[in-house]
Amino acid sequence: MQMHTTRTAAKGVTIEATALEMAFGPRLVLRGVDLTIQPGEFVAIVGQSGCGKSTLLRLLAGLEQPSEGAVSLAGGAPRPGSPLVRMMFQDARLLPWRRVLDNIALGLPSQRHAEAEAALAEVGLAERRRDWPSILSGGQRQRVALARALASRPRALLLDEPLGALDALTRLDMQGLIERVWQEHGFTAVLVTHDVEEAVALADRIIVLASGQIALDLHIDLPRPRDHASRRFTDIKKMVLDEVLGVRPEHREPVQSLVPARRLARTA
Amino acid sequence: MMTARLQDGLLRQAVPWVVPALILIVWQALSMAGIIAARVLPAPTAVAQAGVELFTEGTLIQDVAISARRALLGLLIGGSVGFVLGLVNGFFPWGARLLDSSVQMGRNVPHLALIPLVILWFGIGEPARLFLVAIGVAFPIYINTYHGVRNVDAGLIEMSKTYGLTTWQLLRQVILPGALPSILVGLRYALGIMWLTLIVAESIAATSGIGYVTMNAREFLQTDVLVLGILLYALLGKAADVAARALERRLLAWNPAYAQA
Repeated sequence: MQMHTTRTAAKGVTIEATALEMAFGPRLVLRGVDLTIQPGEFVAIVGQSGCGKSTLLRLLAGLEQPSEGAVSLAGGAPRPGSPLVRMMFQDARLLPWRRVLDNIALGLPSQRHAEAEAALAEVGLAERRRDWPSILSGGQRQRVALARALASRPRALLLDEPLGALDALTRLDMQGLIERVWQEHGFTAVLVTHDVEEAVALADRIIVLASGQIALDLHIDLPRPRDHASRRFTDIKKMVLDEVLGVRPEHREPVQSLVPARRLARTA
Repeated sequence: MMTARLQDGLLRQAVPWVVPALILIVWQALSMAGIIAARVLPAPTAVAQAGVELFTEGTLIQDVAISARRALLGLLIGGSVGFVLGLVNGFFPWGARLLDSSVQMGRNVPHLALIPLVILWFGIGEPARLFLVAIGVAFPIYINTYHGVRNVDAGLIEMSKTYGLTTWQLLRQVILPGALPSILVGLRYALGIMWLTLIVAESIAATSGIGYVTMNAREFLQTDVLVLGILLYALLGKAADVAARALERRLLAWNPAYAQA
């Protein structure tokens, strides 16, 4: 009975952004973003560089405070350091002076070190536990970073282009791993990426951000694991890509049976 | 094969000693040929003989021990002050605003220029010597600690905050290990200054220590003892450097730049 309640409690959290605005000096990076992310949902935020997607993620993590509006995570303001949320960055950010396993145990109380071992096994690097991070490959470092995030059983995982610096094959491999742990743990996932294919492969829902506003909000109902070559996959990819690139509607080929939940009317 | 590799290893170990050995041989030869007068520079054998004599009298060991104790005590005091100041100023922006420019001003005063003032304050006793050594070593340790702390990867600090590390844990687990390579550079630099300061301080007014031994030898024109004292400083300096390198290899084993060295 006790076990059951903890398992339901370990599911994802709701993340909500209301009328979010963010200005760096005179530059408005986010202009009125409203977004509700359901518990356990996998949301990908895509957009060109400078569109404000990383800023949005940092606001959701509580790493920065919005100029206007509010973020709510599991009903409260997000607080960096809360074990509810873990974040992965483009670089693995492992402590080079700690061995792999000790990196994963970062911030864990000592009686929970067994969970660090379990998390390392989950990403398939159990035999590297005694190694220094400096001798790992880029992909392995990101696996360790993922294990570190998973070790505290977060209820939301925020990913800031974690695969951006990896080669194509390693990236596919990591995408599979992220999808698997997300399905197993049931946390809410928010992935910021500039790779539209990655977003279509992983997300339940894609948010296209353009000039600090949500330009497209699209639910993706493709069965998992997704076939990157299927017609619908490529259709969705094209639609999202057109939106990211800001192709004017009259120049787009119509994509059948795709109805976005939201779409910004573009004046230009 | 094994013996060849062993010989190879021994050869590699021996290479740094080739130049000192050559100097000794040439020096000895020139002395024996009478080209270098004993009054100017005694032969290595004469220096060794003086060393053996002083050693058997028991005073040499005592003087070396006294000098080493002064050096390490001064390093400990000055190093601690420099380390703590560097850590505080590097970690807390208000610390740097308050203190860094003052420290930078102090750093540019040659600490040996303080000798007359130090004698006025402390007299010519032990505290004056310790004070000079402490002042001398505090600055290199301070500067390198400060820069080490400031240059810790900001991404790692941000990551640590998202993992809920307390300020103390951040300092202990992230900032300090991240600054350590730089701090150890400061330590090696400080060791050099430590010996230099001590030689000067012991030459001015002391009744024990290697500096005293050499000054005393000058009074009586004992060039062999004088050279012996200088060689002792060289050996002690080398020993301190070896210890610092060993510390680097041990503490920075995670860093590929040090692991192979």
